[in-house]
Amino acid sequence: MRDFSYLRATSVDAAREAAALPGAMLLAGGTTLIDLAKCGVTEPDTLVDITHLTGLDRIEVNERGATIGALARMGHVADHADIKSRFPAVSEALWQAASAQIRNMATMGGNLMQRTRCPYFRDPSNFPACNKRQPGSGCSAIGGVTRGHAVLGTSEACIAMYPGDLAVALVAFDAVVHLGERRVSVDDFFLLPGTTPDREHAIELGEMITAIEIPGTAAARRSTYLKIRDRQSYEFAAASAAVGIEFEADGRTIRDLRVALGGVATKPWRARAVEDALKGKVLEPETVRAASLLAVEGAVDHGANHYKIELAPRVVARAILKLGETA
Amino acid sequence: MTLELSLNQQPAHARQGSSIGQPLTRRDGFLKVTGAARYAADNHPPGMLHAVLAVSSITRGRVASLDIEAAKAHAGVVEVMTPRNRPALAADPDAKDHPFMFRLDLLQNDQVRYPNQTIAVVIAETLEAATEGAALLSPRYEALPARVGLDDAESFVPRGVGVGGPAVQHKGDIEAGLKSARTRIEATYETPAQYHNAMEPHAIVAAWDGDRLSIDTPSQGLAMAQGRIAGLFGIAPQNIHIRSPFLGGGFGSKGMISGPQVLGILAARLVGRPVKLVLRREQMYGPVGHRAPTRQTLRMGMDGEGRLTAIHHHAKTASSTFDDFFEPAADASHTLYASPAITTSHEAVRLDTGTPLFMRAPGEATGSIALESAIDEAAHACGMDPLEFRLRNHAEVEPMTGKPFSSKALRECYSQAAKAFGWASRPLQPRLMRDADGFLTGWGMGTATFPAIMFQAEARAVLKADGSGLMETGAQDMGQGAWTAFAQIAADGLGLDIEQVDFRAGSSDLPNAGIAGGSGHTATAGMAIHNAGAAVIARLADLATGNEASPLFGAGNEGVLARGGRLYRRDDESRSESYAEILARAGLTEIEGHGKGAPDPASQETYAKHAHGAVFAEVKVDPDFGQIRVTRLVGAFAAGRVINPRLVRSQYYGGMIWGVSFALHEEAITDRRSGRIQNANLAEYHVPVNADVPSVEALLVHEDDPYVNALGIKGVGEIGITGTAGAVANAVWHATGVRPRRFPIRIEDLLV
Repeated sequence: MRDFSYLRATSVDAAREAAALPGAMLLAGGTTLIDLAKCGVTEPDTLVDITHLTGLDRIEVNERGATIGALARMGHVADHADIKSRFPAVSEALWQAASAQIRNMATMGGNLMQRTRCPYFRDPSNFPACNKRQPGSGCSAIGGVTRGHAVLGTSEACIAMYPGDLAVALVAFDAVVHLGERRVSVDDFFLLPGTTPDREHAIELGEMITAIEIPGTAAARRSTYLKIRDRQSYEFAAASAAVGIEFEADGRTIRDLRVALGGVATKPWRARAVEDALKGKVLEPETVRAASLLAVEGAVDHGANHYKIELAPRVVARAILKLGETA
Repeated sequence: MTLELSLNQQPAHARQGSSIGQPLTRRDGFLKVTGAARYAADNHPPGMLHAVLAVSSITRGRVASLDIEAAKAHAGVVEVMTPRNRPALAADPDAKDHPFMFRLDLLQNDQVRYPNQTIAVVIAETLEAATEGAALLSPRYEALPARVGLDDAESFVPRGVGVGGPAVQHKGDIEAGLKSARTRIEATYETPAQYHNAMEPHAIVAAWDGDRLSIDTPSQGLAMAQGRIAGLFGIAPQNIHIRSPFLGGGFGSKGMISGPQVLGILAARLVGRPVKLVLRREQMYGPVGHRAPTRQTLRMGMDGEGRLTAIHHHAKTASSTFDDFFEPAADASHTLYASPAITTSHEAVRLDTGTPLFMRAPGEATGSIALESAIDEAAHACGMDPLEFRLRNHAEVEPMTGKPFSSKALRECYSQAAKAFGWASRPLQPRLMRDADGFLTGWGMGTATFPAIMFQAEARAVLKADGSGLMETGAQDMGQGAWTAFAQIAADGLGLDIEQVDFRAGSSDLPNAGIAGGSGHTATAGMAIHNAGAAVIARLADLATGNEASPLFGAGNEGVLARGGRLYRRDDESRSESYAEILARAGLTEIEGHGKGAPDPASQETYAKHAHGAVFAEVKVDPDFGQIRVTRLVGAFAAGRVINPRLVRSQYYGGMIWGVSFALHEEAITDRRSGRIQNANLAEYHVPVNADVPSVEALLVHEDDPYVNALGIKGVGEIGITGTAGAVANAVWHATGVRPRRFPIRIEDLLV
C-alpha cells in the first residue's frame, strides 16, 4: 500500500482546514474509504480522522424535526426510539442497510459520502476506463455486466447506481445536510452524473458534513422503507422505496405523499410525479398502482437491469398501500 | 506444539460421554472461540518476510513488461520474483504424471492463460511494502480475446470426467425407451461457475533450512501435498514438514497444493528467509479451483403408471485451456432412479479460466439440481405427487450397474422427512398455497445421494505404562470436526475413556491419513485408527492371557474385551486387569500398534455403496416482487454409522444451506468482453446469511451397513447439497408455477 499521513483532528475547523489540503480526506467510520483505498480507487496522501471530535454524534428529536450529528453511528440512529416513532422510514432504511458490523462502524455523514458499487469503478487496475474515476476515460460498465446498474438519472458518461438506503429516506422527507453554516437539501447534495460523473456531491473543498436535519412532518411519522433484494440481508437493493403519507381528516384522501426510490437510480431518487398524481386522491389500489408507474418515467435499461423498471413501481405501490392499511 | 495438550484440557462438562455415537462438543471449540487456535497465517517465524502476488489483469495473452526497478526501489521491498529469477524446479509444473496431478502456474514463462494468474511475486519486509511493490510493477500486456462462455469455444467429448470416469455411458436403448413412453419431458438447466470461498484464504509460511523445508499451510491432504512439493523441488518427502492443524474451510480447494502455495516456497528459497504468502480474496478467483459452469439437458420417458422408461442426462461443461477437470454432472443419473434405459453423456469446451477442480460434491451437486428438477417435471407431467413418483421409481439395485446396495435406508428417509415436514397435505398443482401475508407458498423435495468412498490411511497407536493412550495420524480438520470424531474412534479402538487418549493429527510427520475429501475421511482414517487400537489391544490381550499371574490367563484373545482401560474376561467380567498392570508385569514401558484403512476390493466389486437422503423445502415468494425466501428445510439422511451426531448434524446443516446457496445465491459473474469476474468479493459473491435459513432440520436415520467397512461409516460431508438445491427449485415452481431452468434463481426470473 502507499504510505499516507494520519492526522487526528482536534476541532471541526481544524478538520476542515486539514481536509482542504491537496490529497487529504476525512476519515470517520472508514467503511467506504478503507475499502476503496484497498481497491486502489482512492489514494489519499493524508487521512484526517474526525472520529474523536466531540458533540458531532448527537441525536436530537423534537416537534420540529430531528438533527443528527454527522458522527452518529448508523446502528445507533436506527435503534433510537424517537427516530423509530417519528421517522420510521429512516430507521428502517438504516437497519436494512449493510450488515450489523458495518452499521456499528459507519457514520451518518460518511454514509452520505458512500460511493457506487459499480464493479468497473471499483476495479481500476483491470478497467482503466471510468468517467467517474478519470473524467473522459470512458465507461466500462456500458456493454458489460449491468444487472446492478441504474435505469434512472443515467447519462452517456455513467450508469453507476447510487447504492445506499438512508439517503433515499432522507430525500423523501426533504432532509437538509449541514455543511457547517451552509445548508443544502439532500436532493441537491447528490448530483446527477451528466457529463461530470466524477462530481457526486455538492460539497466544496474545505467543507465538512456536520449534521443532517430532517423536518418533522405527518408524512414522516407515517412512513416506511421497503427494500427488495435476492438475499435477506447484506445486499444492496434490487429496488427500494421510502414512502410517507398524510391523510385528510377523512382518513382516505391523500393530503401529503412522499416517494423516493433506491436501487434504481444514479442518486437517491425523489418520485415527485407519483406524489403529484396521488395528492388529493382517495387511496385506492388501482389508482396507486397506475400512479406508481410514473416512478420510472424516462427509465432506460442496459439489458440485465431491465427488471428494475418492472420492479420499482411495484415496490412503490406496495409501500403506499401498506401505509394506507395502517390508517 | 501444545495443541494436543490444550485439546485434552477442556472442562469436564464438555467431555461428557466418551466414544463412538456420543454428541461431544468440538474438542477444538475452545481454542477457536478464544482465538488460541493457530491457523497457517498466524505463524511468524523469526526473520520472516511477506510475499504478495502480482496477478494478471488480462485473461489471455502474455506479459510484455514489468517495472521491476520501480518495485525494488520501494522502501522495504527485498526482491521481485519473475520468470527470469525464479529458482529452478526439479519438475516441469506443466507436467501431468497422473490424473490427480494438476498443472500449476509457477512463473514458468510470460504466458497468461486466465485472469488472476500470478505474473510476479514481490517479497518485502512488510505486507504493506510488498503490496505496494506489486502495484508498482505496472504490467504491460499483449492481450488476446477472452473465451469465457460455454458457447465461446469448440465443443469436444472429454476422454474422462471427474476422476477419470467415462464421458459417455449407456445402459439399455434410450431411444426405444423414449419411443415406448406414454409421457415424455425434455428440459435444459444451466448452472453457473462457483468459487469455494473458504473463510480462510490459501496461505503459507515457508522456511528452508538447507534442503529441509518447514511449512505451515492449510491442506486437506498432507501426504499428497508433501509428495507434490517433493517432486517439484527434487527433495525427499521426509525432508518436508507440513503443519495444518486447522483449516478455515477447504471444500476441495485445499485438496491439492495450489500454485500460490508453491510460489510461497519458491519465494522463501529465492530470498533465503522464511516467507509468508496469503491470497487476497479476489486472488482466490483463478488459481485455486472452482466449480465449472454446466448446461444440462434431461430427456425422460414414463409409462402409463409413471415408471421411467428412459433417462438421458447430457451435460456440457468447461475446463481450462491447459488442464483437464470435467465436472461429471450427468453421472448423477447413475445411482438414484430405476430405468431400463439410461444414457449419461458429457461434452466440454476449453475456456480462459483457471482450471476447475473439486468443489464440495463435484458433479453430484450440479447434476443433482438438474436431475431433481427434471424428476419434478416428470412427476408433474404424469400427474403424480413428486414423492409418490420417486417411490414408484425407487431403485432396488444400482440402476447403471445392477449391483445390490450395501445398504439403502432411502425409503425411511423419505417417510421420516415427509412426516416431519407435513408433505401429505401438499396440493398437486402449483400456485395454490398462500400464507396469511399473501405470499405464494411452495413445497418441493429432492433426493440426496453421495457415494461412500474410501481412500488409504494409516495410524499409529501407543499404550503407555500408565495405561493412557496415544493415537497418531496425519488427519485434517477443515472444520468438520476431525479432532473430535477421530478422538472418539481412537478411544473406542483403545478401550479407553477419551480423556485417557492423546490424539495427534494435522502434521505431515504423522502416519498418512489420506485426504479429507470425497466424504471419505472419517471412514478411511477412522478405520486406520480403530485398527491401530485393535492391534494394541490384541498384543495386550496376548500378554495377559498368556501369563499365569494374570486373572485373564487362558481366556484367549477372543475371550477378553477392552473397556475403560481394563481388559475383562468376556465370560466372567468379575475377572479383569488394568492395562497398566499388564504392562508392568510384562516389564514394558509401552505397546505400539499400527492400523490401516482402505476399501475392501471384494465388497467393492459386489456392492454399490452410497449414502442417501431426502430433503423437503418450503419457500415463500412475494407475488409482485419475485423475492424468494426459504422458510423451512427438513432433511433426513442415512449414511451408515454416526460417530458424533452433533457434528454430523452440523455437516448436514452446512450442506443443506449450501444447497440453498446453489439454488438462490451463488454465481461468479463474468464480464464477457474481458473475461474478468465482476463479483470476486464476499459482499457481492452471495452465500446465504443467517436470515436466509431460518429453519433447518436434519434427521439422522438409522442404518447398519456391514459392507462399507468394519465401523459401518459412509460419510456425510457432501450429501447435504445434493437433493436440497433441487428441493428449493421445485418449491419455487410449486409456489409460482414458473419452472426454474437457470441457477441461481433471481428476482427477474419470477417477475411475471
